[in-house]
Amino acid sequence: MSSVDTLIESLGGVGYIASRRIATALYMAVNLQKPILVEGSAGVGKTELALSTATLLGLPLIRMQCYEGLDESKALYEWKYGKQLLYTQILKDRMGEQLADAPDMEAAMDRLHGMGDLFFSEPFLEPRPLMQALRQDGGCVLLIDEVDKSDEAFEAFLLEVLSAYQVSVPELGVIAAKTPPIVFLTSNNVRDLGDALKRRCLHLHIPLPEAALEERIVATRVPGIEATLTRELVAFVQTLRTLDLRKPPSISETVDWARALILLHADSLSPDMVRDTLNVILKFEQDIVAIEPQVVELLHRK
Amino acid sequence: MQHTLEQFFRALRAADVRVSPAEAIDASRAVTVTGYGDRTLFKDALCATLAKSADEVERFDAVFDTFFARDVATLPPISGADSESGQGEPSEADMAQAASSPLAQAVLQGDATAIQQSMEEAAARAGVADIRLTTQRSRLTRRLLEEMGLEEIERIIANARRMPDGQGEGLADRLDAARRSLFEQAQTYVARQHDLYAAGSARELREERLIKKQLNADGGVDPVDYVLMQAMVKKMAKRLAAKYSRRRRTARKGHMDVRRTLRRSMGYGGIPFDIVWKVKKVDKPSIVAICDVSKSVAASAQFLLTFLYSLNEVVDRMEAFAFSGRMISVNDIMDDNGVDSAILKVLQEIGFQQTDYGRSLQDFADNHLDKLDRRTTVIFLGDGRSNFADPRLDIMRQIHDRARAVIWLNPEPESYWAQGDSVMHRYARFCHVAKQCGNIEQLERIIEDVLRSYVPH
Repeated sequence: MSSVDTLIESLGGVGYIASRRIATALYMAVNLQKPILVEGSAGVGKTELALSTATLLGLPLIRMQCYEGLDESKALYEWKYGKQLLYTQILKDRMGEQLADAPDMEAAMDRLHGMGDLFFSEPFLEPRPLMQALRQDGGCVLLIDEVDKSDEAFEAFLLEVLSAYQVSVPELGVIAAKTPPIVFLTSNNVRDLGDALKRRCLHLHIPLPEAALEERIVATRVPGIEATLTRELVAFVQTLRTLDLRKPPSISETVDWARALILLHADSLSPDMVRDTLNVILKFEQDIVAIEPQVVELLHRK
Repeated sequence: MQHTLEQFFRALRAADVRVSPAEAIDASRAVTVTGYGDRTLFKDALCATLAKSADEVERFDAVFDTFFARDVATLPPISGADSESGQGEPSEADMAQAASSPLAQAVLQGDATAIQQSMEEAAARAGVADIRLTTQRSRLTRRLLEEMGLEEIERIIANARRMPDGQGEGLADRLDAARRSLFEQAQTYVARQHDLYAAGSARELREERLIKKQLNADGGVDPVDYVLMQAMVKKMAKRLAAKYSRRRRTARKGHMDVRRTLRRSMGYGGIPFDIVWKVKKVDKPSIVAICDVSKSVAASAQFLLTFLYSLNEVVDRMEAFAFSGRMISVNDIMDDNGVDSAILKVLQEIGFQQTDYGRSLQDFADNHLDKLDRRTTVIFLGDGRSNFADPRLDIMRQIHDRARAVIWLNPEPESYWAQGDSVMHRYARFCHVAKQCGNIEQLERIIEDVLRSYVPH
């Protein structure tokens, strides 16, 4: 991580072909210790970037998938209620004995208070992704996936974690990270994120790649693919993106398609082959219906 | 360099990229990590810290390229082989002449960097970056040149011309050429500053004017402004939808959530310390929008359809209808086409015919009444002029009874509502809200009110 260029190279080493802008953003995130908010349409490699960073740095990856209704107890910590209950049942007699020789009610209460704290201590704490990430002493990569799907309330809760790398648990006090994790937030733009959250993050928008970059990505992701096939297929996908589609194919679709073609032993694109496998790159019936009759023309256009 | 960065932030803000102080600090920190040596690295680092959405990245790129485009000052070719000093180095005598003016020296020595630097410094003194209006350009160019020391050069030229035997002619010609090129450069420089700091405010001015413009005024919206209006309407629809389309929860005390209370009580050995109340989910709005595209509303039909189209893009559950003589569903047209072709198609199919509200309502009642339930808000966009045909108030009443709310937005002012063939005052009885909506500002306010209270009254 000494410079952006070495970063591009080493990301390439773990199978992620990064553009310069991506690498710079990552480099800044590590150097400034700021979370990085990654936006872009589905399948351009947002999540993959976090996974590759974790592999590259040899850090554990902790992933938190966001959804509507996600709350603190699922993201931060929860008490192991079952275990608490079980222990109180097992220790019931023991507790009875302890309390039996208490001279009066007040003394018994005091002893009970001491026991109560036992049940709200570390062994009964169920750490969830956020707390796990903060307690990794060697640092880690924390991936907060699809943060736009969570509620506004949860977004506000994230602010403390993201700016100070600490959380407060009423029963235990403040838990601060020894080594701040490298945080990735991804967003599909289901809704606009709040300014407060955006302000705390570096921003990276991953666009659909240019042909040359995409060819390199396909070549890396699908080992053993012929160069001519790569070129043809990427050119075809690039043409598709210029059309008015409901969901233009992104990188992951290109890669899937390349894999499918390899499986079918195709060494170049023929109209029939394209028609048969169109459902790999286009995910809406309307898109497929619109493109199918044009396949021959599109193949000739490039 | 800090000053330059500050100026850059200002330019960004002028281009509608919001840069908060915290982000400015981040950017400065980022720059200390990257340094200034590598242009792309510098740019990408600033971009990651400052631009916070895809749109902003685009605007950032544009501003960066304009702001840091310092094309090196070009010097005029040394003219005339007849100059005594020849083609190359300026002669000692010439330099002596120019000794009093650093600018003239720089020009004679061909020192482009020095000229560039002096232009930057002069620009700061002349306050070129404070430019607001196009008309300030020529005045600021003049100020800039004065600050750079053009007068000195002019004096030297005059002196040289006065020298006996035309000795100074060569020098004078060269300086004259240099002066002309300096003037051109200063002009470009000021124009660029104008683009950076003032272009945005001109657009704001246009938007502001457009927001208040009556849409059914003569000729409707200018074709020039039309694209701008589309963008504004779209932005508005998106903002409204983002704000209101999410399912909201309201805590309602009174009903206990037994399942969740039991679960919570596990931690307390089965004793329910924490009572959990049932939470009522407020459903996402579903909207039925019915748009009049007949002759009488021709001027505002495009605007209404643009709004309908944008709303359709951002609201999940929306049914769109258009009518003049008959009513058709335009959902498919809107889904399958871009905004311009969608509007064109709707108008081709059904637009600009004789209005018949009764007939259209009948069509709606026959085919689509099942789309209305107690969660549906019906939005009518139209002028309520029914050509003296039967307005079919009975169907209107039916719609009113079935739907959660009926909202009528009329491009005509209220004083016209009972005039001529307008039956608006009669329809208004069956609407929860009936308001005039003649321009974008009114439209936004009304829709916002409607969505906020959801059920008016």
